[in-house]
Amino acid sequence: MALIRFAERPNFRNPWAEFERIRQGLDELSHNLVSEGKAHMHATVYPPLNMYETKDALILKAELPGVHPDDLEISLEGDTLTLQGKRLRNLDDKATSYHRREIEAGNFSRALALPTKVDLDNMKATLVDGILTITLQKADEVKPRQIKISTDG
Amino acid sequence: MSEQELQVQEKQMVKQDSETTKPEKYFIPPVDIFEDEDKVTVVAEMPGVKNTGVDVALEDDVLTIRGSQEDETPQEGRLLLQEYESGSYLRRFTVAETIDQDKIRATMTDGLLTVELPKAAPAKPRKIEVKAG
Repeated sequence: MALIRFAERPNFRNPWAEFERIRQGLDELSHNLVSEGKAHMHATVYPPLNMYETKDALILKAELPGVHPDDLEISLEGDTLTLQGKRLRNLDDKATSYHRREIEAGNFSRALALPTKVDLDNMKATLVDGILTITLQKADEVKPRQIKISTDG
Repeated sequence: MSEQELQVQEKQMVKQDSETTKPEKYFIPPVDIFEDEDKVTVVAEMPGVKNTGVDVALEDDVLTIRGSQEDETPQEGRLLLQEYESGSYLRRFTVAETIDQDKIRATMTDGLLTVELPKAAPAKPRKIEVKAG
């Protein structure tokens, strides 16, 4: 007698069909949750940062609309970059009535461990249109170096 | 005002009613709306948008603010960390007060768009004196 899988028996309304469908649905659901979590790294500390790496430099970008350069402090110590500052409420409270208030004002402070060593003396930061761009040059020992292949024995 | 820590706000995407021909991401900018006796002011956060990329229109009592920016991701760079997305901003409001459309002023500084909508004269309350007679 040939062995046939229970779920694949022909000519039979498969009693497990419903369960199979539910199981597949749950699998898909959990896959979606897991993969979304990995794709979007949700920031838990303000401000959210984007970080890029080029051959010679590390570039960090943050969105800080309404923050003045005087209220922002960026410091670098070893491998850790610290960003702190505050955003002030940008208007005088003179007899105005608010219909909506979604923009927050307050302090923020964030420390980030950098993935590579950087040159401490070579740091540039610009704040344009509310976007902060910090460019850090990589330390010399970390820059990629080409190895020449020679054809002599 | 007491000092408080700023919280991360996830960017919300605009739900499109119909599909667009180009795939574009529109985010909803957070706004402050306040009113005093002669104008309504809308302040929207649109980081990365210059004043040339802003479009403000008032039509049929609906105020539409739109901001677009160039994609500035460094070309030869490798992305290590991405905690926010960049895109265009769009938000619409129905304006209740009658607004003097010719006097709308908009300014864009440091990623904050400020739109001032002066109220047209009939909206200002006028006190009518009641005389005995």
